[in-house]
Amino acid sequence: MLSIKNLHVNVDEKTILKGLDLDVKAGEVHAIMGPNGSGKSTLGHVLSGRDGYDIIDGDIQFQGKDLLELETEERAREGLFLAFQYPVEIPGVSNMEFLKASVDAVREHRAQAPCDAVSFMKQARAACKEVNLNQDFLKRGVNEGFSGGEKKRNEIMQMMLLEPTLAILDETDSGLDIDALQIVADGVNSLRSAQRGFIVVTHYQRLLNYIEPDFVHVLANGKIVKSGDKSLALELEAKGYAWLEEEVA
Amino acid sequence: MFDFTQAALAVERERDWLSPLRAQGKSVWQHYSLPTRKTENWKYTNLSFLQKQNYFARQISDAPLDPSLSALYQIPEFEVHRLVFVNGRYAEGLSSLSEDSALELSRFEDADDLQRKIIAGKLNTNIELKEFGFSALNTSQLSDGVFLRVKRNRKVDKPIQVVWLTTSESDNANVNSRLLMVLESGAEASLLEHYVSSSESHNVFTNAVTELFLGANAKLTHYRLHKEQESAVHIGAVFATLESAAHLNSFYLAFGSRLKRLDVHVEYEGEGAESHINGVYLPKNKQHVDIHSCIEHKVPHCRSNEVFRGIVADEARAVFNGRIHIHKDAQKTEAYLSNKNLLTSNKAEVDTKPELEIYADDVRCAHGATVAQLDPMSLHYLRTRGVSENEALVMLSFGFINELIAELKHEAISHYLRPAIAQLFSRDPALVRHLL
Repeated sequence: MLSIKNLHVNVDEKTILKGLDLDVKAGEVHAIMGPNGSGKSTLGHVLSGRDGYDIIDGDIQFQGKDLLELETEERAREGLFLAFQYPVEIPGVSNMEFLKASVDAVREHRAQAPCDAVSFMKQARAACKEVNLNQDFLKRGVNEGFSGGEKKRNEIMQMMLLEPTLAILDETDSGLDIDALQIVADGVNSLRSAQRGFIVVTHYQRLLNYIEPDFVHVLANGKIVKSGDKSLALELEAKGYAWLEEEVA
Repeated sequence: MFDFTQAALAVERERDWLSPLRAQGKSVWQHYSLPTRKTENWKYTNLSFLQKQNYFARQISDAPLDPSLSALYQIPEFEVHRLVFVNGRYAEGLSSLSEDSALELSRFEDADDLQRKIIAGKLNTNIELKEFGFSALNTSQLSDGVFLRVKRNRKVDKPIQVVWLTTSESDNANVNSRLLMVLESGAEASLLEHYVSSSESHNVFTNAVTELFLGANAKLTHYRLHKEQESAVHIGAVFATLESAAHLNSFYLAFGSRLKRLDVHVEYEGEGAESHINGVYLPKNKQHVDIHSCIEHKVPHCRSNEVFRGIVADEARAVFNGRIHIHKDAQKTEAYLSNKNLLTSNKAEVDTKPELEIYADDVRCAHGATVAQLDPMSLHYLRTRGVSENEALVMLSFGFINELIAELKHEAISHYLRPAIAQLFSRDPALVRHLL
């Protein structure tokens, strides 16, 4: 469903991604690991269409479409979801308004009628419960005053409501305690299906104990330098990243 | 040649108990020179049109009291003591008052001897008339008004809503209104001043002065909502005096019109008092809104927190001037002021100026004024969830104002204001459908 070829990306005229290739098929979970500064988060931002990331070379196909030709909101409507490493606080816009606006936009794109307010409220409350967020959160401003863990769980809740085809989790495990990690992982695992793909970006192997990947890739110095199965993650945990960077160099 | 000042002085009224007050107003007004661009406090607000228009020549005839007018001011699920004035005249048929032993309520016209004494003794005592010429003008034109007294240690069960409605009958005329509220020590109440007009456009000059006296430990939640029509001219002022440990919570809302000028003056007379003065202004088209506030910290250990936000659209203009004056003896004062503005068009303009004047050395103060952009990261975040750029912009603009609306103590007022505010941001219902 996602095919990235030879992706080169500049940020502030500095090349961050230097020829990244990645293929994700429906039903697969890909973990992308790598040292700080290797370009892991850049990948998520580029896929989401954030400003300030210049694609200088390469191609991204998503569900048979040229992803780079689509606006950010069109990508989301086509089924791409990015769980942010640092979700944005938007005071004054309630979580509920925000969730309804986004679910309606995606439904409209799929030629489905907008949810009526009552049934959506039910759905949202159920999703809250699944990620163990108090329902009061629906009334509060988007992520306003949420703790780090609450923000991450809010991301997972949005993912559940939007039912994306491809979800990218950008360091969703950072700043989570074990209980929150379990909740986040349960949320992801509940959505795993033969129709859906995941890219799990993480610095640590820990998350992969909870979300078992089909493939593990190591991103270093702007490209994928090694790919393997989940045992690669354990090897990285034991040996660190330095040996790989040396191997590549 | 026509002269605005003289025209106002020429208005004759029958002699009554308010005559001495009117004379006091006149004596100041006759020496007041109408502000020009060179008058610091009026630098950005042009009043020259007043010299072309005699608002004082007309007696306003009684408007037919159409019960459908109530749609203009009724707030769903909000039970109130309501007084309605139409073009400055009391409209009993539209008002609804019920007995509340905590509240003494009278119009100036109906005041008994004791009430007259209190009114005459209180009016203008916290207004420097020479400085606030239009309040002197208001005093010189006094006729009816509202007197509210909340009794010692009592709480008024329902909010008091005072509606000032203008109709086309007031075209080219002056509507002069006055409200005096006294909260005795430990008293508690909510007051909603509500300015509306029937939908026709009419050139009315409203001069509305409100005085609030909060006794020791008194608590007042105060709203002043300006929802007047396009050609309305409103020059108004609110003067509040706080005794020790009094608590004032004010919220101002100004939709724009031809000219809206509001002076908000809060004076601390007793220690430990606190005020929260918040507001929003939303001028569009060629409207003009000017808010001048002044917080006088005269005594120690008081707090003030002031937050005003504005969205200025089209060719509209907003002026905000927020002054905090901390006197020499007002140690341990905490005073905060924030004014943020969004301009949604290249031709919109805002002139904002915080003024901090501090003569005490042990105080905590912060102030800031900004002309902001919507946060690009917030915009991106909404779009990554499928929301279109246009809808996201509307949601964020609304959120910028809604932050203050959501904090209101009375949820019914938040619910009432939201749709009216949402409408301002887009005429396309699809873009505002998620805001309500």
